[in-house]
Amino acid sequence: MVVDLLLTRYNYVVALLLLGIGLYMMIENRNLLKKVVGMNIFQAAIFLVFITAAYVEGGNPPLLSGAAPYVSPLPHVLILTAIVVGVSLTAVALALAIRIYAEFGTLDESVLRRLQE
Amino acid sequence: MIADAPILVVIVPLVGAVVAMLLGLWFARAGWWVAATSAIAQVAVALVLAWRVVTAGAVSYATGGFDLPFGIELVVDGLSVPLVVLIAVVYAAVVGYARRAGPHATSFYALLSLLVGGLTGMVVTGDAFNLYVFLEISGLAAYALVASGDDPDAAVAGFKYLLVGTVGASLYLLGVGFLLIATGTLNMADLAARIAAVGYTSPLVVTAFGLVAVGLAVKTALFPVHTWQPEAYATAPVSVATIISALMSTVAAYALGRMVLSVFTVDFLAAVPMARTAVLTVAGVSILAGSVLAVLQTDVRRMLAYSSVSQFGMVVAGFVVATPAAVVGALVHLVGHAIMKGGLFATTGLVATRTEARTIEDYAGLHRRDPIAAGAFAVLALAMVGVPPAVGFVGKWYIVVGAVQAGSWAIAAVLLVSTVLTLAYFATIVERMYFAGVDDAAGQPTATAESTETPGAGEPTAAPDGSGTRGPSLGMIAVVVAATVAAVALGLGASAVQPLVESTLQGVLAG
Repeated sequence: MVVDLLLTRYNYVVALLLLGIGLYMMIENRNLLKKVVGMNIFQAAIFLVFITAAYVEGGNPPLLSGAAPYVSPLPHVLILTAIVVGVSLTAVALALAIRIYAEFGTLDESVLRRLQE
Repeated sequence: MIADAPILVVIVPLVGAVVAMLLGLWFARAGWWVAATSAIAQVAVALVLAWRVVTAGAVSYATGGFDLPFGIELVVDGLSVPLVVLIAVVYAAVVGYARRAGPHATSFYALLSLLVGGLTGMVVTGDAFNLYVFLEISGLAAYALVASGDDPDAAVAGFKYLLVGTVGASLYLLGVGFLLIATGTLNMADLAARIAAVGYTSPLVVTAFGLVAVGLAVKTALFPVHTWQPEAYATAPVSVATIISALMSTVAAYALGRMVLSVFTVDFLAAVPMARTAVLTVAGVSILAGSVLAVLQTDVRRMLAYSSVSQFGMVVAGFVVATPAAVVGALVHLVGHAIMKGGLFATTGLVATRTEARTIEDYAGLHRRDPIAAGAFAVLALAMVGVPPAVGFVGKWYIVVGAVQAGSWAIAAVLLVSTVLTLAYFATIVERMYFAGVDDAAGQPTATAESTETPGAGEPTAAPDGSGTRGPSLGMIAVVVAATVAAVALGLGASAVQPLVESTLQGVLAG
């Protein structure tokens, strides 16, 4: 059962692992920049789920000239959009991190908390 | 032109954001004028749209001329139109308010318009993925807005908000992914039909519901996942706190209601009782925990923030109870809470310009120093507690009636208990404002607020600026008074909304 799952659905298993790693980094890591990295891993895991789900064995692009089976282009387009969103989020997060560093001189969460007291 | 109103409510603020940003490169003070123009246009388009929905029923709009359900559909019906108008009015009010209260940077007005565009998009879209995109647009604008003030703590709050908000939005995206895998469509109306075909108890559908509910609960700031919210509300510049407290959670809760009612439908809730129980439990815990945390606060803005956690528990409970009365109640409370909470935050800004007061203790004897602010705060606070005839009463009343009809006695009981708790934290402030210190008995708070001036709808009727005084502008006072009057007046008019909403709900709740 488990071996079967690993052999046939390993993409999902990896995505789930990445999801966990990303979330763990966001919660556990004290460095704000590493939290941003965690956020990116978290999002990448979700992108992988979409892309994996869209995979069709021996599929062709959905062109009238091509032969069936076709691949739905929708998940890829969605993820393209989601990647753009992710990049914007990273940009805003880094801008905020720069601002925080300029104000407090640190990116360490526990030091920040002490400075904010 | 009028036929394009559903897309115009999204485009107008987005164009406003871009123009404000571009003009800001050359003219330092252009931002306000652009935002004011765009806000007035937005209110006009929203009203045209509302008039169409009231007279001719729900409007569906296929973006870019793609056939539905393949293209992105925009839907404006009885459920979404109150929100569209609310967002437009709050936009105009905040622009008027920010004229004096600041921040004055052009980027602030650009972000404000972007936020409004994103929020309006979330309300009018009929496409589950499009909702995610607008969720992130409004989120990105909000993260930057929170940090736009001078307070260094606001940058930290904005960063925290960004991380938590992103997790919420990403979980929602994952939920939409599960729905896409299960059904192969993203259009909400189409999804509803296809989910029924797939089977409500399918693991994919149930998982999707869990992810969507948790994701939007994070954005709504329900109890265990509310941690971003008090910091953000308390440290953001007051204009930002006003619009965020009035709209961010409101629109997220609306999105949750929309997904539950229009996509998963009542049949799903009936087929998977665990889902309803889980959401109701979270909502109930949120109502109680939010109230208790609010009672414990000493900072007024923090107290208001925790109060929102509690109020949104009620709204979400109303949506999930899903009887017509409960949904009407949730919608009324959604709009009512936005006006009351936005008004309360605007009032804290009014108080802060004159007295620098931030904590409950600082508010002692406020009615002598600032009778308008004290009166407005008292009326809005009592409206939030649910004193009839204010809008807070109407919303809660409908939710309780709906909960009783559905046999959800626990939720009805929690709501009643929370009313007492709400009274506990607001009564403390009202007591401080009117009865602290000297014992000259104050008059009825209502008399102060309602006798002052007509609302002016929060339009930028700002006092001539550059006069050098640090006091609040006419625009700020007008916004606060307008919110106060609206909180009472809407309570009287709320029952008029019922037929409009119920005719929409016939489609949503049928079956």
